[in-house]
Amino acid sequence: MRGRIVVVGGSLGGLRAAEQLRGAGWTGELLVLGAETHLPYQRPPLSKSVLTDPDVDALSPAAVAGRPAVALRRRASTGDVTWRTATPVVSADLTGCVLTTATGQRIGYDALVVATGIRPRRLDVPGFHPSRHVVRTVEDATGLRRRLRPGTRVVIVGGGFIGCEVAASARTLGCRVTVVDPLPAPMLTQLGHTLAGALQAAHESRGVRFLLERSVLALTAEPSRWRTPAGVLLDDGEVVEADVLVEAVGSVPNVEWLAGNGLDLTNGVLCDNDLRALGADRVVAVGDVARFPNPRFDPVPRRVEHWCVPTDTAQRAARTLLHTLHPGTPVAPGAFAPLPSFWSDQYHLRLQGFGALSVADRIEVLHGAAAPGWDRDGLVVGHYRGERLVGAVVAGGPPALRMRHQQLVQEANPAPQAGEVADVAETA
Amino acid sequence: MRVTVDTAVCADHGQCIFSAPEVFQFDPDGKLVWETTPEESQREAVLEAADVCPVQAILVDG
Repeated sequence: MRGRIVVVGGSLGGLRAAEQLRGAGWTGELLVLGAETHLPYQRPPLSKSVLTDPDVDALSPAAVAGRPAVALRRRASTGDVTWRTATPVVSADLTGCVLTTATGQRIGYDALVVATGIRPRRLDVPGFHPSRHVVRTVEDATGLRRRLRPGTRVVIVGGGFIGCEVAASARTLGCRVTVVDPLPAPMLTQLGHTLAGALQAAHESRGVRFLLERSVLALTAEPSRWRTPAGVLLDDGEVVEADVLVEAVGSVPNVEWLAGNGLDLTNGVLCDNDLRALGADRVVAVGDVARFPNPRFDPVPRRVEHWCVPTDTAQRAARTLLHTLHPGTPVAPGAFAPLPSFWSDQYHLRLQGFGALSVADRIEVLHGAAAPGWDRDGLVVGHYRGERLVGAVVAGGPPALRMRHQQLVQEANPAPQAGEVADVAETA
Repeated sequence: MRVTVDTAVCADHGQCIFSAPEVFQFDPDGKLVWETTPEESQREAVLEAADVCPVQAILVDG
């Protein structure tokens, strides 16, 4: 095979795309362009072990990204893939098949994989704070870790996955931790009232303070007067002093570089069920940035920011792209219908989820109760749309509890057979 | 094909079991057990299991 496939994005999705393209038989040139200065690394440890491990203090961000527990292994088949780090792509001409990098270099391609992922959403409020943090890159995590000392006052805005994980890590380090969230409980939309309440109690018993149903109106330090206490002004008038401010308020897909090409870039790159970007030839998207329908649940295209999605989407997208370039190569059989899964570790507590939580209309307790010892015995909530169990979250308990509920969600949402899938353009 | 799991690193996520249920299982005590030399027909599933392991505890040789 001749020609060049360029993968834009050098993290998990880009790595998996490169591996899957080689695995599917692509023998032509393969170039991966990553915006960060590191080869692909794992992000899940950044809010957990990287924050709490004292060994990190002696290491540069590059050394942390290269540690065995953080660096992503690359399959041997990617040995002849060209990796270019620190090479952000700023624009693309999908008609002329040319990319432009931040330094103005133009790079042509025969086919393109979009794997640019997401970035943290930032607080959009007036005022100044001298120590604002997010947790997305290894630099973010090592920079935050340096500020987390016993007694440090840490205010975390956002009580979702990242916010709760950072709260647990910061508390473990002896910081004084406050979480601010507009909802009545942390991780409420994913966990429902019972489990979210139990999780909140688990944090509170370790000393985390929650300021709920409140939002941040402004930051209160004055850059010209550094002795002014830094903090946040909440919408009920309370000012909470904060030495460190962590913003964990969601994410934004990195799609701006694709603008002007007629793609639908509303909340990610709109794709069909084979991960083809709608409106472009020879372009697929993988990972967090791809918005695709999953017919296991419904025909509505969604972005899914879960651990398995880069791997699942890369498998499918690689075959799609190869078939586009070489119609003789086989297409993947059946519909693309992954069963999303994710986990979160907070203190000793493991939360593991399965299915499409966001499509549910109610959450019910399936196993256990929010009583003392629930973390040992396990507490399970099921996410229902109508009568159908579309997802479940298992907190604590033995591994068998997680296996059983993963199985229940899988059985309640069978993958459709080939031919049952309507085209996304007709249904979206 | 030879499958090795670093049990010192394994954190019982069980993602490998979802990808390759014929190769990886939890035993009744909740400990991971696996086929060390699975059938060739399991190759894709085993490679996926190694890919989705959150702690990269699974090594596949050959």
